[in-house]
Amino acid sequence: MELGLAIIALALIVTFVVLGPLRRGAEVDRRGDDQLAALEAAKEAKYREIKDAELDHQMGKLSDEDYQAIDEELRGQAINILRQIDRLKPQAR
Amino acid sequence: MVYAAVASIYGVRSGQRQFVVSGRYAFYCLAGLTITAVVILESAYLRNDFHYSLVATNSSTDTPTFYKLTAMWSSQAGSLLLWAFVLSIFSSVVLHLTRHRHRDIAPYAQSVLAVITGFFLSLMIFYSSPFDTLSPAPLEGNGLEPLLRHPAMMFHPPMLYSGYVGFTIPFAFCIGALIARRTDAEWIRSTRRFALIAWTFLGVGIMLGALWSYSELGWGGYWAWDPVENASLMPWLAGTAFLHSIMVQEKRGMLKVWNVSLIIGTFVLALVGTFLVRSGVLDSIHAFGASTLGTPFLVFIGVVLAGSVALVISRLDDLKSEAKIDSFFSREAFFLMNNLVLVGLCFVIFWGTFFPLISEAVTGNKASVGPPWFDRYTVPLALILVLLAGIGPVIAWRRVTLGGMRRVLAGPLITAAAALVLLLAFSNASSDVPSLLMFVLAAFVVAVVAQEFWRGARARAAVSHESIGGALLKLVGRNRRRYGGYVVHAGIAVLFVGVAASSAFAHHQDVRLSPGQSTKIAGYTITYKRPTAGLVSDRAGTGAPITMGALLDISKGSKHYTLEPSRNYYATQDTSKGTIGRYFAGEANSAIAMRWGLGRTVWTAIQPDLSKLSKPIAVANQKFGNSPSNVQALVIGAITGSYTRNPPPALFRFIVSPFVAWIWIGGALGIGGALVALWPSPEARRRRVTSLYAARLGRELSQA
Repeated sequence: MELGLAIIALALIVTFVVLGPLRRGAEVDRRGDDQLAALEAAKEAKYREIKDAELDHQMGKLSDEDYQAIDEELRGQAINILRQIDRLKPQAR
Repeated sequence: MVYAAVASIYGVRSGQRQFVVSGRYAFYCLAGLTITAVVILESAYLRNDFHYSLVATNSSTDTPTFYKLTAMWSSQAGSLLLWAFVLSIFSSVVLHLTRHRHRDIAPYAQSVLAVITGFFLSLMIFYSSPFDTLSPAPLEGNGLEPLLRHPAMMFHPPMLYSGYVGFTIPFAFCIGALIARRTDAEWIRSTRRFALIAWTFLGVGIMLGALWSYSELGWGGYWAWDPVENASLMPWLAGTAFLHSIMVQEKRGMLKVWNVSLIIGTFVLALVGTFLVRSGVLDSIHAFGASTLGTPFLVFIGVVLAGSVALVISRLDDLKSEAKIDSFFSREAFFLMNNLVLVGLCFVIFWGTFFPLISEAVTGNKASVGPPWFDRYTVPLALILVLLAGIGPVIAWRRVTLGGMRRVLAGPLITAAAALVLLLAFSNASSDVPSLLMFVLAAFVVAVVAQEFWRGARARAAVSHESIGGALLKLVGRNRRRYGGYVVHAGIAVLFVGVAASSAFAHHQDVRLSPGQSTKIAGYTITYKRPTAGLVSDRAGTGAPITMGALLDISKGSKHYTLEPSRNYYATQDTSKGTIGRYFAGEANSAIAMRWGLGRTVWTAIQPDLSKLSKPIAVANQKFGNSPSNVQALVIGAITGSYTRNPPPALFRFIVSPFVAWIWIGGALGIGGALVALWPSPEARRRRVTSLYAARLGRELSQA
């Protein structure tokens, strides 16, 4: 008897919690935040790549020529990401 | 979970994201419920509540508390609950962390996680419930399987399952990314850490299993290419390939098909691992049908595999590489070779594991595939793997010139050559060529890693004018993934040195000795001083009623110490053996006595000869069968005492293994490296938090 009541109570609590978001209605549109977060992650990854290439060059794994070419390419990609972030920031508001 | 799966899909397709949130809340609730279920079951074990079938089968009033707490996952039903418990928690964490990201991917990943969790829950509900009850409840339980009464066994299953479950997360996000056609590196960035956590847990589980085998089982080995062992190694190998390969996609947008295939393969192998252990198929292909779990597991694995492959094929256009490999001498090319070797190893182990089962199904005869077959094919691949582990760190992305290669490889190659010369001059390593090669390659890898740390610190110190020590700390702190990975490589190399040395150069001896007699092995003199016996005196605290063994004196040169191997005897419930006799007729396992050493480990085990006790036991059964338990204890003590007063020769196994401890030292180093790589860098964390607050401020200002 007690077990049955406990199960029913538990089921009611779970139902209440799970249906909570539906009672609150439509979610705030966070599409901008999502894109911003993805770009921020991409930016971090690109910064890591730039630092990795710099370290590889300092350690003699990359020649000056190769390092210049790679660094230029990576910095260009990073700037593109930063531009996208700047374009997006007003929208995230 | 059915609701969570459906609500997530409905929410993302209709744009009503509150349904996605509702699905996520279902996971949070499930996590709470599984935690409650585990607490209820564990408290039943602690209370010796034998109403629960699980508790009655795997525990007893005299099982030590430490082992009562671990008994839950020694059973099929308990291990299913463990799967669901870990999965619900991992899923809740990842879904919470990604709740504001991956809007297109996360709902599908959530749905996939719900389906997988639902599968394990349905197995518990319909096939193997951990809450089955007995009526009437027995007064005493069967006790925990004696072989499992070892500390390594307490942590081995939860570590393994955390590994299996951990790989579910990147798998789910991979499927989500494929469905949503978001096949860039975004899904990888969020789940890479979970993949590394899973890999680390699985590695710890494998190391603990090997340690248990070596220090608990009487055969003296740590790896037998047993199907259960292979079941955990295969997803670890595939996971290793995945962790390397995703770096190429993150940096160059390449190997996308490889990466989705590797994580699908890793997850399927994790399911196969659970299936192998729980379906009964290992005993015989015919036992498979008798087990309750075999068919549903096989069907689920088939559906997951077929569905995933179909999805990958349908998205091949989205998985095209964004760049191509510029040069053979590039990190991308070496990672591709790494993938091939690791997948090759997986395939060999898979074939060796399943061929006996396939042959039995087809011909009715179970073909045997033993360690020599596995060694023949895995050793060459392992050597190539260690070589790649050395070259990979020194080679740059895109390309490195031949001059650059010469510069970075010169030092490690000289070190490897020096190691070769020293080994040839001062050891008998040349008697086993694969082992010699492994030692030389390991020296190469360790030299590469040391060079990377040294050169990196020196380069940083030159720029920042710090001391070398300070530069080294800052270097590692700011490049944790890179340098943590290097430490893992060094750890793996050290581990392989331990494996090669202990496999090829160990000395084994099985010998029958009487007290006072000695034997020689690998320069050691081992003397059997006297027998030992005791009641409930098992040193490891497993609760064995009877322990019988020997005191051994070990000496080599000026070194001198004692070891006390013994054998633990557990009572059987079978009353036909007699009230006294049942204490000697139940399960028995070896309590190994070892002296660990960085150079050599001395391992000893004993099999006492109890045949002379059968007459006094028979007499005791007759005379004292109905006596009170304290009298029975005295009688058993007298019988074991008679053994020590007049012991027959006992059978001993002695093993002297060089560098076997390096297996676990290397493993620990590898785990340490993984933990370094996992630790988030403070800079990136600060920037992430700042940008999230900036976005939130902007959003709230617009609503004000």
